[in-house]
Amino acid sequence: MLDMTVKLAGVALKDPVVVASGTFGFGREYSQFYDLGELGGICAKGLTLHPRNGNPAPRIAETPMGILNSVGLENPGVDAFIAEELPFLRQFDTKVIANISGNTPEEYGIMCEKLSAAGVDMIEVNISCPNVKAGGMAYGTRPDLAAEVTETAKKNAGNVPVMVKLSPNVTDITEIAKAAEGAGADALSLINTIRGMRIDVDTRRPVLKMNTGGLSGPAVLPVAVRMVWEVSQAVSLPILGMGGVAKGEDAAQLMLAGATAVAVGTAMFADPYAPLKVRDGLADIAERQGLSAVSELTGGAKPW
Amino acid sequence: MVLAVGDMVRTSGVRPGQFVHIKCGEGTLLRRPISICEWTESREGDTLTIVFEVRGEGTAWLARRPAGHTADVLGPLGNGFAIDREGRYLLVGGGIGVPPMLGCARYTGGTSTAILGFRSKDKTILLDEFGGDCNDVQIATDDGSLGYHGFVDALVRQELGRDRSYDAVLACGPKPMLKSVAKVAAESNVPCQVSMEERMGCGVGACLVCATPMRDGTVKHVCKDGPVFDAEEVDWDA
Repeated sequence: MLDMTVKLAGVALKDPVVVASGTFGFGREYSQFYDLGELGGICAKGLTLHPRNGNPAPRIAETPMGILNSVGLENPGVDAFIAEELPFLRQFDTKVIANISGNTPEEYGIMCEKLSAAGVDMIEVNISCPNVKAGGMAYGTRPDLAAEVTETAKKNAGNVPVMVKLSPNVTDITEIAKAAEGAGADALSLINTIRGMRIDVDTRRPVLKMNTGGLSGPAVLPVAVRMVWEVSQAVSLPILGMGGVAKGEDAAQLMLAGATAVAVGTAMFADPYAPLKVRDGLADIAERQGLSAVSELTGGAKPW
Repeated sequence: MVLAVGDMVRTSGVRPGQFVHIKCGEGTLLRRPISICEWTESREGDTLTIVFEVRGEGTAWLARRPAGHTADVLGPLGNGFAIDREGRYLLVGGGIGVPPMLGCARYTGGTSTAILGFRSKDKTILLDEFGGDCNDVQIATDDGSLGYHGFVDALVRQELGRDRSYDAVLACGPKPMLKSVAKVAAESNVPCQVSMEERMGCGVGACLVCATPMRDGTVKHVCKDGPVFDAEEVDWDA
């Protein structure tokens, strides 16, 4: 019997497949398709201290084996999440990971305090969202700022583990990873979307109203595998790997590269059942290889 | 295109204005949202009819499917028009916004009036079907090759000038058309519902990409909150 459980920063997941923030809302929609208790965990839609309407539409553009999005952190705010969404998510036998973005370290601190008091299983600190002009990007691209935010989050999160979500839009992602580790992060998640652009050749207008957006989907998988591999060698923190996972083999690649668990996101737009299929596909691979625990895959890549 | 959908209509119910989200092969990542034109239910199997325009790779793939092909269809999705079978409605469709209005016509059993707009005579669709399911059908074309030479809002103004007893104006089409129709309906004090279009991702309300601004300053999502909205709640100037 294959053991599918993994531990991510001390949090026991029944299996290593979680859903990625921003692709699953607060779970209500996909709960019509299956029991959310089937999932290892849920990274909830990104929260800010105050409600946000997000960016003007079009917010999505299809690209070769990927999509660009520029949602712009539309969310009801951390208080509404705690009052209305968290009780809903808590009905299910799965781990709830809140995702937060702030304009200042203080905002991250306040949100961590509120979420810790409300009781979430983990807090994912988004320092990499490329969509908000005033926020995110800068923290994720400078080691000192990443460290400052991580430290503030840790100080206010109580016993709740803090996972820092890294941006791939940097020259050397290991520099940021090391800074987050040094500041006390309990785990890292990567990669967030890669900045991209698509232009309509007839109108000569970018398809996205914000001109540029974040690329996700199968097109980014090899970048994610490479970055997880680099980061896993640079730090000793557990990693939640994500970026283009659509099947078991993709998840296995990220785990072999060093991820403890993986997140499925964009694949859900084509198939709401994608996370369950990824989980089953991953189990098939582990069984075929005669493993007794899926966690044996983590860091198992044998580089030349 | 007619889709055999098993017991979908009997188990989920379908309202005019709802849509299905169709996976169009392996070459495109996202599903394609297509409005339901009409539907049938029977013990032998339910059907949905969709009428769509080939706009890109995905819809081109779908149009090439041979009879008997199996497709991955998610639906029925969204909220349709709020209408009563006994009601009397002014149905307004523009271009590829015409097909869902046929579902409204059928639902109300021939008592409604349809005003349909097309670019030109050779772009018209479903005219016979509307003729059979409405008590009156008026056509407008942008180039005047059939019916009224101009946009549908002029015909809507004329019709509502003659008869304001419609329970509501129901409209589907491009946003500028919906804006004009909503304005005319408001001036005539006739309630108006509009079916909006926006680029979609998941189709179920999770990814939040199909945002459309509301007059109260909030944002709603076409796939889950719509595609049909009360014209008065929409921020037409955004």
